Amino acid sequence: MADERFDAIVVGAGPAGTAAAYTMAKAGLKVALVERGEFPGAKNIFGGVLYRKQLEDLIPEWWKEAPLERKIVEQRLWILADDSAVTFGHRNQRYHDPPNCWTGLRVKFDPWFAGKAEQAGAIPIYETVVTGLLRAGERVRGVITDRDDGELEANVTIIADGVNSLLGKQLMVHREWRPDEVSLAVKEIIQLPKQTIQDRFNLEGDEGCTIEIIGHTCGMAGLGFLYTNTDTLSIGVGVMVSDLKKKRVKPYEVLDGLKQHPAISRLIQGGEVKEYSGHLIPEGGFNSIPALAGDGWMICGDAAQLVNAVHREGTNLAITSGRLAGEAAIRAHEAGDFSASTLAAYDEAIRASFVYKDLKKYRGVHSLLAHEDAEQLFHRLPQALNDAAYEMLLVDGVPKRDKQRKAIRRVKEAAGGAYMDLIRLGLKGWRAMNG
Amino acid sequence: MLHLVVCIKQVPDSREIRIDPKTNTLIRQGVPAIVNYYDLHGLEEALRIKDRHGARVTVVTMGPPSADKALKQCIAMGADEGVLVSDRAFAGADTLATSYVVAMTIRKAEEEWGPVDIVFCGKQTLDGDTGQVGPGVACRLDLEQLTYVEKVEHLDLERREIIVHRHLEDGVERVRAKLPVLITALAELNEPRRASLPGVLRAARYKPMVWTTNDFPDLDRSKIGLRGSPTIVAKTWVPEPRKVNTEYIPADPPEAAAEALVERLFASDIAEKLGWVQGVRA
Ligand SMILES: Cc1cc2nc3c(=O)[nH]c(=O)nc-3n(C[C@H](O)[C@H](O)[C@H](O)COP(=O)(O)OP(=O)(O)OC[C@H]3O[C@@H](n4cnc5c(N)ncnc54)[C@H](O)[C@@H]3O)c2cc1C
Ligand SMILES: Cc1cc2nc3c(=O)[nH]c(=O)nc-3n(C[C@H](O)[C@H](O)[C@H](O)COP(=O)(O)OP(=O)(O)OC[C@H]3O[C@@H](n4cnc5c(N)ncnc54)[C@H](O)[C@@H]3O)c2cc1C
Repeated sequence: MADERFDAIVVGAGPAGTAAAYTMAKAGLKVALVERGEFPGAKNIFGGVLYRKQLEDLIPEWWKEAPLERKIVEQRLWILADDSAVTFGHRNQRYHDPPNCWTGLRVKFDPWFAGKAEQAGAIPIYETVVTGLLRAGERVRGVITDRDDGELEANVTIIADGVNSLLGKQLMVHREWRPDEVSLAVKEIIQLPKQTIQDRFNLEGDEGCTIEIIGHTCGMAGLGFLYTNTDTLSIGVGVMVSDLKKKRVKPYEVLDGLKQHPAISRLIQGGEVKEYSGHLIPEGGFNSIPALAGDGWMICGDAAQLVNAVHREGTNLAITSGRLAGEAAIRAHEAGDFSASTLAAYDEAIRASFVYKDLKKYRGVHSLLAHEDAEQLFHRLPQALNDAAYEMLLVDGVPKRDKQRKAIRRVKEAAGGAYMDLIRLGLKGWRAMNG
Repeated sequence: MLHLVVCIKQVPDSREIRIDPKTNTLIRQGVPAIVNYYDLHGLEEALRIKDRHGARVTVVTMGPPSADKALKQCIAMGADEGVLVSDRAFAGADTLATSYVVAMTIRKAEEEWGPVDIVFCGKQTLDGDTGQVGPGVACRLDLEQLTYVEKVEHLDLERREIIVHRHLEDGVERVRAKLPVLITALAELNEPRRASLPGVLRAARYKPMVWTTNDFPDLDRSKIGLRGSPTIVAKTWVPEPRKVNTEYIPADPPEAAAEALVERLFASDIAEKLGWVQGVRA
């Protein structure tokens, strides 16, 4: 046991934990930031897009010093069938100033962010795995690490150990996630010359572009992505674990399929794969959020399932939840009371924030994905949409009215056969997105 | 109390070093810096002596300001004090200038914390690779030199004697020496420990001492840095990759593959060199 006692221990130096550590250290609390990686971010991955707003609540104009890749000025959505694509997108010069979001790499961003927490006074304890919680009855009074004399005590422990939260399970605030509450994402980083990337994606200087991809995921519930970094591309796909099990498909097979799609292969052509990695993403959403605080503990970020999968927002929810947990700890410190009733302020703050409201709005998405036929949503409908578009745009002497009928029939069939099926599915989708 | 000094050098992690194919130089950028591998074995031995007999362990390094990270790692493992000798004037040192400054540093450490009993160095560094600094320091400080040590068999504090095993090309030499000595460590010496949690906490707050040229009143400026380094690097080049003939043996069926492999090995001179005898199959 270390002789020294801390005001707060934070487990995990991802966006959530670091935000909490930074918030508390800045307010003068004695904070230990424990991370299992050789350094923060050493093994962390995400898509990934970092958003300005939520980190700005902590560090004004943070993006001017943080290591970032490209400023996103265009976001595209591609709906793929086997050899075709229906595409949407939005490009706007207003995204230049103030910027909305950037692509980033965790190996660079996480150490920078954790460095800010260290500068604020948080004590870094890296290459150290937290193996359990120190308890006194219900109360959490610190952590046990894998080092010699590895117990560490604090008034409050903030759990931010990511989606596979070992500590959350130990606390019994959540169980092992069900296969339909998590998706497995695989990602490759592909190196290409800067200029090639800019030419292929219609970009200049530090401008960047993102593409979200629906369809072409072997009939499973999943989303693909292709993001531009400075001189690399991030390409990946996340597929619901329950579907992977059902279909007995390996995630990298899905990624290989995407990479071979004619609309994508030309974008990545000639690139060298620099890195391959995999990670879980929480998909349970609103209904899977566990209890957020108790005697001497709070839980935030992925460990609390705070991810908005529809908008691929995770880091920002993590940062906000970490900040709110930090602020609750500061108030508890001032009051000298770290009981569940004081720390409940964190739970209330989450409920009042966009984190909770956004997750609530999309609360139906999870059950839509879990109960509807993934084959239909992620294969037959994209296929029908592509066929319909092909039909409408093909000039072959067939009267337009006939074409339109045929196109509508295609989509209708994909939805189940009758108009009612199409309407029912549309309604379900609408409700899922507007909880 | 015993005073043990460990000399360390921060080096680029050789597992991550790549060579720029165009310029033929090491790409140092982005390569993580680590404590020279052998030096950690020296530190571990010093810490074991400290655990057993009680001792003060001082770690010294000459290097850039960023080398304080290497010293912190040693503090986490259990060293008492870390000294960073850092000054632009020291830059560009070859092994002659390096051993001069390291020796001066150890003298100053003696003034601060008492006479030195054992100095530990690594066998060599992962980057410079010369193995000259240890012996250079021993000469300057007039210490008994015990190089390539794979085992410390005995330390007799009453008689101020140490018995070590030196690993030589043709065998092991068991040597008895009078303290003070300088030991250069092999990897076989021990298994460096993982820092304890209190150690990590101490290191996180620890600020190593920094000594500059101003801290050495007797320093002979003609012996330091680039000026004090007679070594001239005439040329560096990357050796041609050795040409090897690779033969692929199909792995299926495994029995046939194994048989083919054994056959090839005995057909080559490998078996003879290793003194293998072809057995009879059961
Ligand atoms: C493929 C993919 C793409 C994504 N794309 C985006 C995107 O574009 N935009 C976005 O905003 N979000 C994205 N996300 C989600 C986002 O990455 C997460 O929501 C976010 O990282 C959550 O932060 P966190 O701090 O809660 O957890 P994490 O980032 O997982 O951090 C947890 C930390 O805790 C450490 N840790 C774990 N266990 C222990 C232990 N026992 N002891 C010590 N340390 C421990 C880990 O090493 C890690 O550093 C994506 C995720 C994936 C997988
Ligand atoms: C061909 C060649 C060209 C070089 N060119 C240059 C050059 O142009 N400019 C330049 O600056 N350097 C150059 N060097 C590197 C420089 O000579 C060495 O880095 C330095 O003198 C230490 O020698 P070493 O790394 O071989 O250490 P070794 O002699 O192999 O080290 C043995 C032990 O001595 C101790 N030790 C070594 N260095 C230190 C230190 N700095 N502080 C404390 N203890 C230490 C450690 O315990 C180490 O394990 C060159 C080296 C070579 C081989």
